[in-house]
Order: sequence, then C-alpha cells, then structure tokens
Amino acid sequence: MKTKSVKPRATTKPRPLAKLWQLRLYVVDSTPKSLTALANLKQFCEAHLKGIYRITVIDLLKQPQLAKGDQILAIPTVVRRLPKPVRTIIGNLSDIKPLLVGLDLRPAD
Amino acid sequence: MKIKTNGFTPGAPKTLLPKCPTGIQGLDEITGGGLPRGRPTLVCGGAGCGKTLLAAEFLVRGAVQFGEPGVLMAFEETEKELTANVASLGFDLAGLVRRKKIVIDYVHIERSEVQASGEYDLEGLFVRLGHAIDSIGAKRVVLDTLEVLFASLPNEAILRSELRRLFRWLKDKGVTAVITAERGRESLTRHGLEEYVSDCVILLDHRVNDQIATRHLRVVKYRGALHGTNEFPFLIGDEGISVLPITSLALNHEVSTERIATGIPRLDAMLGGKGFFCGSSILVTGTAGTGKTIISSNFAQAAGRRGERVLFFSFEESPNQIIRNMHSIGLRMEPLVKRGLLRFHSQRPSLCGLEMHLATMFKEIATFKPQVVIVDPITSLMELGTVSEGKGMVTRLIDYLKAGQVTTLFTSLTQGGHTLQQSEGGMSSLMDAWLLLQDFEGNGERNRVLYVLKARGMKHSNQIREFLISDHGIDVVDAYIGASGVLTGSARVAQADLEKAAVLSSQQEAAQLKRAVERKRAALERQISDLRADYETEALELRRIAEQVGTRTLLLGTERTASGILRQADAKAAVHPRGRARNRKVNS
Repeated sequence: MKTKSVKPRATTKPRPLAKLWQLRLYVVDSTPKSLTALANLKQFCEAHLKGIYRITVIDLLKQPQLAKGDQILAIPTVVRRLPKPVRTIIGNLSDIKPLLVGLDLRPAD
Repeated sequence: MKIKTNGFTPGAPKTLLPKCPTGIQGLDEITGGGLPRGRPTLVCGGAGCGKTLLAAEFLVRGAVQFGEPGVLMAFEETEKELTANVASLGFDLAGLVRRKKIVIDYVHIERSEVQASGEYDLEGLFVRLGHAIDSIGAKRVVLDTLEVLFASLPNEAILRSELRRLFRWLKDKGVTAVITAERGRESLTRHGLEEYVSDCVILLDHRVNDQIATRHLRVVKYRGALHGTNEFPFLIGDEGISVLPITSLALNHEVSTERIATGIPRLDAMLGGKGFFCGSSILVTGTAGTGKTIISSNFAQAAGRRGERVLFFSFEESPNQIIRNMHSIGLRMEPLVKRGLLRFHSQRPSLCGLEMHLATMFKEIATFKPQVVIVDPITSLMELGTVSEGKGMVTRLIDYLKAGQVTTLFTSLTQGGHTLQQSEGGMSSLMDAWLLLQDFEGNGERNRVLYVLKARGMKHSNQIREFLISDHGIDVVDAYIGASGVLTGSARVAQADLEKAAVLSSQQEAAQLKRAVERKRAALERQISDLRADYETEALELRRIAEQVGTRTLLLGTERTASGILRQADAKAAVHPRGRARNRKVNS
C-alpha cells in the first residue's frame, strides 16, 4: 500500500505487538454514532494496544475524496493501515469479538 | 422516421412525466421519450444480457448527445475493464472521463477482508456518490449491480434499509439513475430491489431458440406514463444497443406512382406495360431451380443500368458466384459493382439471429441508400425464427424500406408439391406484387412458367407464360394454349409448328383455288373468243348471202322488165313504180 513502513512481518497469526499500529477511523460528521465508534475504538486500543497505536479520524463530510482510497462504503469504518495487511472493520465497534478477529488479535475461533 | 401512433409520441408531451432521453435507438420510442427524469430506473436481467452496456450507453449518450454528465458507480468491474468493454462499441469512456463528463467510481469490497462489529450505515457510499455527482454536476447516475453489496456486507436488514434510503436520496438529488440488478429465480431481481425502485423497471432477457440467441427487452413497469408493453428484440451492435421494432407502427408511407421496369420487357408488358410500382414490395416465389435468382438478378441489372443503386442481400450464394452464374446467361453484373451501383451482401442465415440480420440489413441500407433492394431468398431468413417472428421481421423490413421508398424484391423458396406455403400465405399480404414461378412437368421435360399472381393497383396479365433462360437472360415466349392448358417446351414448339403448318396448307389451298379459277377464266375466255369467231364467220356468210339475194332479185327484176317489154305485157302499171324506184335508186 501507500505507506512506506518497516517490512511487515505480520501473518494471519497473532503476533507480539511490537510495531506501531496506525488506525484510521472514517466517520461522517460528528454524529452520536461516530462519537460512539470513536469512544469504543479508543477504549479497545487502550485495553489491547496501549502505547503503540495512533488513531486518525477522517470526517468524510470534509474530505469526501478520501473515501475512494480505502474503499469506504459503510460508516463507521476502521482501517488498520499498519501493520500490514490492511484490515477493515465496519460498525460502531460495540462488539469486541469481531474486532479482535478483524485486527488479527485473536484467531477466528 | 416519424412515428405517429395512438399513445406513442416520442418527445414526451410536457404535461406528462418529464422524461430523460436515453439516446438508445428504439428505447426512447418504447418508453415514449426516455426514462423518468429524476427518478431511479431498475434494469434487471440474467448474466450476459446487456445490463451494464445499456447503463453505460445511457451515460455515454447522456454526456455526448444531451450534455448531461454522469456518474458510473461500478461494483463489479474496474474502470479499466469498463473502458475496454465499451470501447468495442465505439464509446470513448476514458476520453469522457478526462473531459470531466463522466466519473467512474469503482467500489470494491472483499467480504473476507471486512469484519463487522456493531451497527453501521452506508453513509460512506452516499458521500462518495454525492462527491462524484457534485464534482462534475452529474445529472445521470448508474449503479452497476448494486446487489454485489449483499454479498460483501453483512447484516441484510441494515443493507435493505440503507438501500431504501439511497433511492430516496437519489430522487432528492434529482438525478436520473439506472440501477442494474441480477435477475432472480422467482422475482425480477435476486434481492428484491424492485421493491425500492418502483418508477420504472426494464427487464432484459437473452434467450436461445434453435441454437440462435436473441436478446429481448421489456418495459415491465413505467409509473405515470404510457409505454410499449411488448417484448422487443434488441441487439448489441457495433454502435451500441438498438431496439429495433420501432420503425413505423402506422401505415402512412408515402407512395409513388412511378413505375420501375423489371428488365424483362415482356414481363413489363404483363404488368400493364410499365413494370412494378416504385417503392413497392415484390415477392417472387418458386420451387428450386425455377429461376428466382435469375429474375432478381435481371431486375437488379436493369435497375443498375438505369443508374439506380441496388443492394443485393444473398443468403445462399457468394457475390462472386452470383456474378459468374449470371455472366453465363449474359447478365453482366461486375461493371455495375465496379461503378458502385450494385452492392452484394452475402451472409449465411445461421450466422446470427433474425434480429442481428435485420439490424445488419438496416445498417447496410442506411449506409448504401439503395433504390432497389433484393433479398434472395427471404425464406432462409424466416426459417431462423418462428413463423410469427419471421413475419414480424419481414413486416419491419418492409416498413423500413417503404418508408424510404425503396423497391424491394424478395424471393421465396417453396418446397415441392405445394405452391403456396404457409409462410408465404402470411407474407403475401405484405406484398404488393407476387410473381409465381413454376415448373411444368410433362412430355419428359420440365418447363418453367411464370405468372402474375397479384399486382396491387395495376392491370396485369392473367396468362401463364413460359419463359426460357437463354444466353441473354430471361426470354418470355409466346403463349400457346392447348386443350389441357398452356403448352410449354416441346409441346409448345410442336403446337407452334402445327399452327405454322396449318397456315401454310391453307395458304397453299388458296393458291391452288386461285390457280383453278384462273384456269377456268382462261377457258371461258377461250370459249368466248371461239364463239365470237363462229359468230363472225356466220355473220359474214349472212352478208354474203344477203348480197347474193339482192343481186339476184335485181337481176330477176331486170329480166322480167326486159321480157315484159319484149312481150308487150300489160304489166306496165305494175312495173312502173318498181321501175321508178329502181331508177331513183340508180340515180341517187
């Protein structure tokens, strides 16, 4: 992808969390839904990725052209840019389990 | 072409629903002016029936012809693929994108890469679409197979409510949208999109009949507007989609009183001396080998020689074969080809479906602009479809040609036995003139005859005429009627000889009679002259005798007087007058 990062060593299996996690949260406007998602994401990261994550919030209302790059359809969407591979999770992140699976923090069952 | 029929008036009257013309040939006529403006239209159909193409053409024509920029949101194909796909139809999608007439947004979601956690909505799609629309001021939107979303996003309930919102939103935006969807097994679309798009639904279909595929289009629903409800065949040619049937639903062609010669003078004579009407449709039927192609070639050549343009559709022979064959009977066609007056179009009928053939023919006719068209034979085309399809095709072809005042000659191959086939029975009512060619078998030979079965609006011969195929084309020969009907071939020749002999013998008889009379007259004259000679002899004799008698009487008188004197007879008184008379005679 676009980001020139250190060579990713992530595979499908969960890895020791040494690298920096770059997360993008796509929202539209500061709706309660968006705020909930952001709060949920922050809470999750504090719990599982403390100190090694960075969240970028992108408001598509202000930057609609950015939606195309990450193939955003659903809102809210979290895109894990780093570590590779890119992962996408949609929804308000109220459910922790698919979030853990989606971010390769836990194998799918 | 102008179309005027009850209910159909393209160009949408202003009182009705505003329409958005698609620019797709024929579709605007069926829908009465186009798709409903500012509303979504659903185009559904199975795989490979042209949904994407129809949608793409709607956008491209909108941008090019109607100055309405458009957004294509593709869920299945990438921008590159789309561009390549429609380039074959002559659409320069990439160029339109560069000139900011069209925006293509490829939406791709891989189900395996997406996890759902909690509720979501499709605001992202709205934003993208809204952004694309606003960036070029789009008036038209195409969502190509929105249903892909059902496969790539979880939670169908959310998806459904979001789609409902999307269509509402599209309406609010005032864009004319085309949404394509896969055909479902029992419903119009696999995921029931027709529930949401209720303004206009177009169903496409691709059917195979007798190994030949034909696409059909039907307007299932068009809220608030009249529309053609039939299933119309359409095809994808190299200029996009064309829905064909809409040539002229009304019978209001202009007609001509001009006549066009057939190239066979004696056939012209059978048709009131002038040939067929210009712009009429002529059917030539006959069994195999009756000379249909020759008659039509003759017609073609005659037209070409008059400087008219002739288009020859041949479904059985290649152009070179026709030219060679006709050359052998003295019809030289290649000079006409070289001068550009005659064009052949040869194709195997099974090459494609009826519709494709019809479209190709329309295109050829439109580009070549002929005055005369020959279709040899129409029957092999009609065999491609059902009887009604075939008739429909001929009707459309004739309507199209008549609208252009093109004289058309169709040949039709009939099977042996029956002269009037069912298909011809159906076709014949469409034809203005019908020439029947037939084989007469007898006396160990087959002879060709022709007759004019029908010729609308002109006096025509009722006679069955034999014709010969000679070194100089078709020769319609004199008719000889025998006891069992028209005589052909050697029987005709024999009859001709017989008649000649009869004439000869009567001539001889007359001459003989004349000679006899002559002889009689001569004999009579001889007799008359003989009689006259006799008479003259006798008359001469008579005179001679009379003279003798006179002399004798005189002598007798003189003698008597002399002897009286001698005798001193008393016959003085009696003698005196005699003497006086005699004296007077002598004196005088």
